Amino acid sequence: MRSIARIASSIAAKDLRVEWRSRVVTNQVLPFAALVMVLFAFALDDDGITERVAPGLVWLAVLFSLVILVTRSYAIETADGALDQLRSSGVDPVGIFLGKAVALAVQLLVLEAVLAGLAVVLYRASIGAEGLALFVSAALLATLGLAAVGTLYGGLAAGVRGRETLLPLLVLPVLAPVLIAATRCTESAFGLEGVDVSDGWPWLGLLAIFAVLFSVFGAFAYGPLIDE
Amino acid sequence: MPTVETGGDANPAPDSVVSLRDVVVLIGAFPALAGASLEVGRGEVVLLAGPNGAGKTTLLRTCAGLARIERGDGSVLGLDLRSQFSDVRRRTGLVGHSNGLYPDLTVRENVVFWGRTVGATDDEVESALSRMDLAGRLRDVVAGRLSAGQKRRVALAALIARRAELWLLDEPHAGLDAAGRDELDALLGAAVTAGATVIMASHELDRAGRLASRRVEVVAGRVVETPPAGGAR
Repeated sequence: MRSIARIASSIAAKDLRVEWRSRVVTNQVLPFAALVMVLFAFALDDDGITERVAPGLVWLAVLFSLVILVTRSYAIETADGALDQLRSSGVDPVGIFLGKAVALAVQLLVLEAVLAGLAVVLYRASIGAEGLALFVSAALLATLGLAAVGTLYGGLAAGVRGRETLLPLLVLPVLAPVLIAATRCTESAFGLEGVDVSDGWPWLGLLAIFAVLFSVFGAFAYGPLIDE
Repeated sequence: MPTVETGGDANPAPDSVVSLRDVVVLIGAFPALAGASLEVGRGEVVLLAGPNGAGKTTLLRTCAGLARIERGDGSVLGLDLRSQFSDVRRRTGLVGHSNGLYPDLTVRENVVFWGRTVGATDDEVESALSRMDLAGRLRDVVAGRLSAGQKRRVALAALIARRAELWLLDEPHAGLDAAGRDELDALLGAAVTAGATVIMASHELDRAGRLASRRVEVVAGRVVETPPAGGAR
């Protein structure tokens, strides 16, 4: 167990250090996500539609950005055969999975915080204290699910030719439940469409089940997946 | 050149590092190893020679616990290759055509990372850097800016930091210029003198032969022992 924790923390620290140094998240992914939000605002700026669909737009932008983050996360592993080296060195795959998922989750949380702020500004959304608690809980659980699925499918696609185009095809359908539940939670948090904040809490259950399911399944399936 | 097909003992010697007996490994339906047998003792440096496609890389991957053995028996460092392949992977180090480095991390950060996977201490990391002559100004250079020869040295330093007991090197001289090859040979020679057990596949028979204590030919998935003749020590 200590060895898994040590490997996971090494992998997470390494991934975050590489990202911090290369500034791909701040210089490319964040502007991309912001651009998606702005373009949606331009396209839907009619009769208050943007206010109504703002929660879905936030999570759509997160999902698109996730694909870029996962692609980047595995590009650094395959640039000089490091993923092969991890595999051939007998490094515990559970540790690799957890480490990469944690690093991805940290980057996603930064992204979600920026996008939520942008949604408030662009789509004139407002949020109270209870709504904020619901949104933060939903964001944490959704992030766990997104990071687990991204890491699992990123590992699967890493060794495949054409992985950049294959990854979204694999990941986006699987993440539909997260998109739906996180959007419902965010609608409630922002009090849109006359929805009460309390209506959002049951959707957290779905996010929690999804996060636990894919974290556990991913941890055990990751080794055989990257071994093939 | 006289050759003798190796048989492999039924019971490997106590200091045996590699013991393969009639091992068959398939890639798809093709037998990449077709009854290969090989014995390697501690401290030996074995050169695998043979044409492309003969099975040299598959033999190295088998010794690293990365290939599934269909038939025959094999053990590495006393560990069964079928049931204890995870432990075999942990205790061996395979450097192939890529080096397994992170281009955005410095030389030291790369070696620390690989060392941490087995819980290596800072002293062990520093020792690994020193042994590969990377403790000077190169330690803080990002790996992406290194020459091919320097990258190969970092990969070997990572093997040392990972405490790999058996080094498996696939074409270690590939992609290096003359100076890089000389440099690598000097450092490999020092590692061999310090007691490393090495199996390397190479087409550079003269160069690799000077480092090797034994040379074997891999022919159509089988290992054929070649009696020493000049090159190999």
